[in-house]
Amino acid sequence: MEKSKISIRDLNLYFEKQHILKNVNIEIPENQVTVILGPSGCGKTTLMKTLNRLVDLHDNARFSGSILFEGIDILHPATDLVHIRQKMGLLSQRPTPLPMSIFGNVAYGLKLKGIRHKKNLAPLVEKYLREANLWEEVKDRLNDPAIRLSIGQQQRLCLARGLAVNPEIILADEPTSALDPISARIIENQFVELKKDYTIVLVTHVLRQARRIADYVVFMYLGDVVEQGPAEAFFNNPTQEKTKEYLGGAFN
Amino acid sequence: MATTITYYKLRKIKDRIVSGWVKTMVGLVLLLPVVIAISLLSKSWLILGHSGLSELLFSSVWRPLAGEFGFWPFIISSVWVTFLGLIFTAPICLLSAIYLTQYGSKRLLGMMQPVIDILAGIPSVIYGVWGILLIVPAVGSFLAPLLGIETSGFSILAGGFVLAVMLIPFILNILIEIFRTVPRDLFEASLSLGASKWHTIKHVLLGKTFPGIISAFGLGLSRAFGETIAVLMVVGNVVAIPKTIFDPGYPLPALIANNYGEMLSIPMFDSALMFAALLLMAIVILFNIFSRWAIIHFEKKQ
Ligand SMILES: Nc1ncnc2c1ncn2[C@@H]1O[C@H](COP(=O)(O)OP(=O)(O)O)[C@@H](O)[C@H]1O
Ligand SMILES: [Mg+2]
Repeated sequence: MEKSKISIRDLNLYFEKQHILKNVNIEIPENQVTVILGPSGCGKTTLMKTLNRLVDLHDNARFSGSILFEGIDILHPATDLVHIRQKMGLLSQRPTPLPMSIFGNVAYGLKLKGIRHKKNLAPLVEKYLREANLWEEVKDRLNDPAIRLSIGQQQRLCLARGLAVNPEIILADEPTSALDPISARIIENQFVELKKDYTIVLVTHVLRQARRIADYVVFMYLGDVVEQGPAEAFFNNPTQEKTKEYLGGAFN
Repeated sequence: MATTITYYKLRKIKDRIVSGWVKTMVGLVLLLPVVIAISLLSKSWLILGHSGLSELLFSSVWRPLAGEFGFWPFIISSVWVTFLGLIFTAPICLLSAIYLTQYGSKRLLGMMQPVIDILAGIPSVIYGVWGILLIVPAVGSFLAPLLGIETSGFSILAGGFVLAVMLIPFILNILIEIFRTVPRDLFEASLSLGASKWHTIKHVLLGKTFPGIISAFGLGLSRAFGETIAVLMVVGNVVAIPKTIFDPGYPLPALIANNYGEMLSIPMFDSALMFAALLLMAIVILFNIFSRWAIIHFEKKQ
């Protein structure tokens, strides 16, 4: 049995009266790719944003339960949000380059960590761009605006920026859905590469992608976790009817 | 077969007429500033021939009866009033727009919107009256004595205040629109890196909208420079280079509005006023060109 990095216990979340996440219990294993599957609208994004408490931005959200991470409860009101957010890099559906240069984007994360001088920043920027498999493509134009990159490159830049705050977990919410297949594959391969050092939680509704890289799978439907387990077992011997239907393509 | 062809031909003719019509209209609009500029220029020709451009612009001797027309006092007054107006209004607009779009509730923003529209719709003569009733005495009997300065209150400073108030709805509206275009994702990306909300506003919101902010203030600048009635009512209209902001001034638009139609018996006075109008127009166009250049320049850099 692997060590679990994050334990989600009895998580319930409401927007107004709408029950979005229903008694969710998940153990996210360390240094593996956990894939969260489910049809659109079932609460995957909400779950991800609960993990780093970005749900706090919605003043109509209420939640209960606990999310344990390194002995602290992420959902506790006194939790240091900066600390837990820097432990988790977030990749969203569309790339989100900040309005600055390529260098500036990665340095933005580093500066938030208190690293200031250009001479300290430069080697780290390179390091994280390499980790995101982008360095070779941008090393000669680090001062170009980030939006000049292709969408696929922008997403890898966002990955590099996320890695720059030195997280232990990467939260990726359908990170390849806006990308062309080749760029998507590059990101996928990067995840497989990165799981040696990071715990990865990946939301996707592309089944083939899930089959390619998942170690652990969570299947959600209308706010419930229907089934979860190691990828092998999940894909080959699903136990729930809903899962079988989903894997058979019933919801697509 | 034949009918299709005639139908086709008919459509083509119609198309041509419509597009010709549209082009003419667009052409007219494009021509308008040129026409205005040319007619102003032709009217100013007389005074330009008489005094020469540099004397007109930089001489501060204004003695129409003696045929001496130096616009420097008016230019300086205009620059001062505009500059003050913008300085006062900039922080108010920026901070309110940030507060309304980032911190305040949706309801507050919804309530503010009609208020801003009403403020924008108030005729400038009313701002002028209000300035005489409130701002002028406030400057003359309160602010100036506090600093040990003597003034009637009709001053550059009063003009700047009134202008600032008039600019608020105009600039605030644009800024709110601009800030609302920044996608939520971008904010979340910054926060998810552990940045505080204020840090995110400073680096992401303001960074992303910087060209827009420049253009908002550029447009405000053009407007402020040309604002006539309200400023004219509080600024004192004394032809002299103001030494401090408590002195009265005489901005270009006020000069034109106060004098056109009067004193036209003085030789070349008419032409001098036309030159003032031409100057005003040229400066406003320069502001516009500058803010456009700034937008393009900064958008490239992002
Ligand atoms: N801020 C919000 N207020 C109210 N309802 C919301 C809000 N955000 C998301 N929802 C609702 O929560 C449900 C789950 O959304 P989401 O987590 O985005 O699903 P998924 O990512 O699986 O497509 C949807 O029904 C959506 O309409
Ligand atoms: Mg989603």
